[in-house]
Amino acid sequence: MRKRSASIAIARDARTKGLQRRWRVGERVIEGGIFLASLLAIVVLLGIVAVLLRQGLPIFAHTPPWEFLFGTKWYPVSEPPTFGTTTFFVATIWVPVVATVIAVPIGVACAAYLAEVAPSSVRESVKPVIELLAGIPSVVIGFIGLLLLSPLVQSMFNLNTGLSGLAAGIMLSLMSLPIIVSVSEDALRAIPDEFRQAAYALGATRWEVVRHVSIPAALSGISAAIMLGVGRAIGETMTVLMIAGGALAVPVSPTQPMMPMTAAIASGIGNAVRGGPQYQALFAIGLLLFLITLAVNLIADRVLERQKRKFVR
Amino acid sequence: MRTRSNLSRRISQKTAFAVLLTATIAVTAVSLFIIIHIVVRGAAIVDWDFLTQAPTQAGKAGGIFPALVGTFYLMLGTLVIALPIGVLAGIYLSEYAPKNRLTKVINLAIVNLAGVPSIVYGLFGLGVFVLMLNFGMSLLAASLTLACQALAMTITTSREALIAVPAEYRAGSLAVGATRWQTIRHLILPQARPGIVTGAVLAMSRAAGETAPILVVGAAFLMRGLPQSPFDRFMALPYHLYTVAVHIPGMPEDTKWGVALVLLAVVLSFNILATVVRLRARKQRG
Amino acid sequence: MKLDSALTNSRPPQYRGTKLSTRHLNLFYGPCQALRDITLDIPERAITAIIGPSGCGKSSFLRIFNRMNDLIPGARVEGSVELDGIDIYHRSIDVVELRKRVGMVFQKPNPFPMSVFENVAFGPRRHGRVSRGELQDIVESSLHQAALWEEVKDKLDQSAFDLSGGQQQRLCIARVLAVEPEVILMDEPCSALDPVATLKIEDLMRRLAEKYTIIIVTHNMQQAARASDVSAFLLMEGDICGVLVEHGPTAELFTKPKDRRTEDYITGRFG
Repeated sequence: MRKRSASIAIARDARTKGLQRRWRVGERVIEGGIFLASLLAIVVLLGIVAVLLRQGLPIFAHTPPWEFLFGTKWYPVSEPPTFGTTTFFVATIWVPVVATVIAVPIGVACAAYLAEVAPSSVRESVKPVIELLAGIPSVVIGFIGLLLLSPLVQSMFNLNTGLSGLAAGIMLSLMSLPIIVSVSEDALRAIPDEFRQAAYALGATRWEVVRHVSIPAALSGISAAIMLGVGRAIGETMTVLMIAGGALAVPVSPTQPMMPMTAAIASGIGNAVRGGPQYQALFAIGLLLFLITLAVNLIADRVLERQKRKFVR
Repeated sequence: MRTRSNLSRRISQKTAFAVLLTATIAVTAVSLFIIIHIVVRGAAIVDWDFLTQAPTQAGKAGGIFPALVGTFYLMLGTLVIALPIGVLAGIYLSEYAPKNRLTKVINLAIVNLAGVPSIVYGLFGLGVFVLMLNFGMSLLAASLTLACQALAMTITTSREALIAVPAEYRAGSLAVGATRWQTIRHLILPQARPGIVTGAVLAMSRAAGETAPILVVGAAFLMRGLPQSPFDRFMALPYHLYTVAVHIPGMPEDTKWGVALVLLAVVLSFNILATVVRLRARKQRG
Repeated sequence: MKLDSALTNSRPPQYRGTKLSTRHLNLFYGPCQALRDITLDIPERAITAIIGPSGCGKSSFLRIFNRMNDLIPGARVEGSVELDGIDIYHRSIDVVELRKRVGMVFQKPNPFPMSVFENVAFGPRRHGRVSRGELQDIVESSLHQAALWEEVKDKLDQSAFDLSGGQQQRLCIARVLAVEPEVILMDEPCSALDPVATLKIEDLMRRLAEKYTIIIVTHNMQQAARASDVSAFLLMEGDICGVLVEHGPTAELFTKPKDRRTEDYITGRFG
């Protein structure tokens, strides 16, 4: 902001007057705003915690925590209603496990290829495609799973319905893949070339360098990538809502239809009476979900920080 | 120790690289397949009328105009709220923040905000904007919810874009007696603009595709008209796709693919726009 | 080049008033002390060279005068630093106003990513509303003073990055002049330039010294001998902390150094 009244002549005049502190009120106001804006990130995060606690905790007056966590019966509208969430919790384990089992080997292999083997022309053309994959909204991924994948899964595994944890996991692997590829690739490319040169000088082949030098050196970055992928798979809603099958029984196999926590919230919240026990129970599931993803992300962030510092001298 | 022959080492290298290449091809092929398949199937129905007409017969006939407009409103709302806050917070973190506990906490909060599941943002929006602030199930509540979700991205991209501006510019400006804010406003911000724009466009693209939060905060199933004020309910493309795909029996296949295509086109075109902005800025800087 | 011939170009020091002075100055970066007990007067409208081996705190010392050290977290100053008798570290002092009076040119030319014109106009624009005409006058006279006008008068709208390194550095000098400072601090302004550009800058400094007080940090003894009126020799003591060993008219300091360490350094440098 320019000072309105000042001109060069006045500026010259100020010089003779001296160097007294000027207040520049306009700038102080802007800088105050800047500071407050930066606090909003904390405010929103705390706000999320506060809302989840406030709306979710009252359920424990109705259903004790152990029954809520370990009960298998979710009957929100029977009389009296019961709120056991084990079903959702187990589904929230199954689906990301399937997604991770598929996405990790493929993602790490792809990252290793792009970072260590591919000529730059190939890398430059493959990376945008993977970025496009990352850009596809989850509802579209779910839609594809619903129309194309689930019939396939149904016939391949001879199931009653293709809508299952397996189908959801496969589609979710597509959403974890771009994260795993890009974070792993960054970790691999951050390794100083001297390490590779040293191994070549000892007569190692290129593959031996990738296998015994690059991947071990980038291991913590790759594990962070995997964790971020898992975090994404746990928190993903639309895909699992559309194709996991939505069954209310504790799934013992990924080929069964199931309802992960996110899907339980999404499908129940529209019908829940505001402030009623079901509503509270869904917020409590949200709280649990928040805590799980928070833990996963915090660990991933820690690991990633360590990897970043590794090669800084 | 057994020494391996050069031949076996070469064979194992060939095999290994073939495996890595296969994985890369698989990822690329699946991505392209999804996109191309949607384009091909959707192209059969998407035309001018489909884009500009209101839906009839529970979405089985007519077009998707209100959903398309609703999504643009949401993108705009998200941008208007999340961009200024993101830029201001980015400025603080890049230009002012001392190395202290508070700064650490802010940065940690941002990292964690980025990882909060979208459905949880939905619950947050329902609790705060819909109920506590009493905005109801409205465009405003949904925009605010999506903006909160976008905040982590707009702050991070602004911060990184500002940090990337060389320190010697700041020194040069301060040395001619410019104030800190003048330096930021007239020298640093213009330099960081492409990075900030990239982040903003990506945030809009995300907002266009998000479904779970607006499902919780209350997107409308069907609306003949458009929202007249921020306090009106709204339709949105991703929610529309969800409902036509899952909830309406007898929905023609073509319509489903058409909605998917339009949504994908909106989201990906903003994605590509962000990439273009980034690449052009990089070229300019040389 | 022999020392004696270098000195013949140098003007005999004419003491005018004292522009800047430090008294028992200590500078700390967190727990480390960077400068110890420096007491020095900087003469008005003359060129003062600060010389010494690298890492002895020359640049830190220079940045004392426009308080650029303030930007480094944990930096702390003890003792007094006065500009025209005013303590510039007093809490009522406005750093921004101080920097208008005490301009600075950096080691590496750092033109802003904008046109030549806008580079020079940057300072005046920040300091108040000026008309386009006034601005044009300021830019032209600043570029004249920086001996750059003839070279750039036809490319004022071109990017400053299109200029050569020496031109860029003179542009940075013009940028400082446009704010009409009283003191110009130069931190190794020629270290990134070729010999021809270096001589041009030294020439320019000589002319500017008729109007401005100039302090230059340099590790180049010949430059100090050629271009400065007064020299101050800084040296590390105990590896980390800069102390002022000796100061005085450049001709005396170079020919009859009082301190053994000065002599060693100068002769070592000149071979």
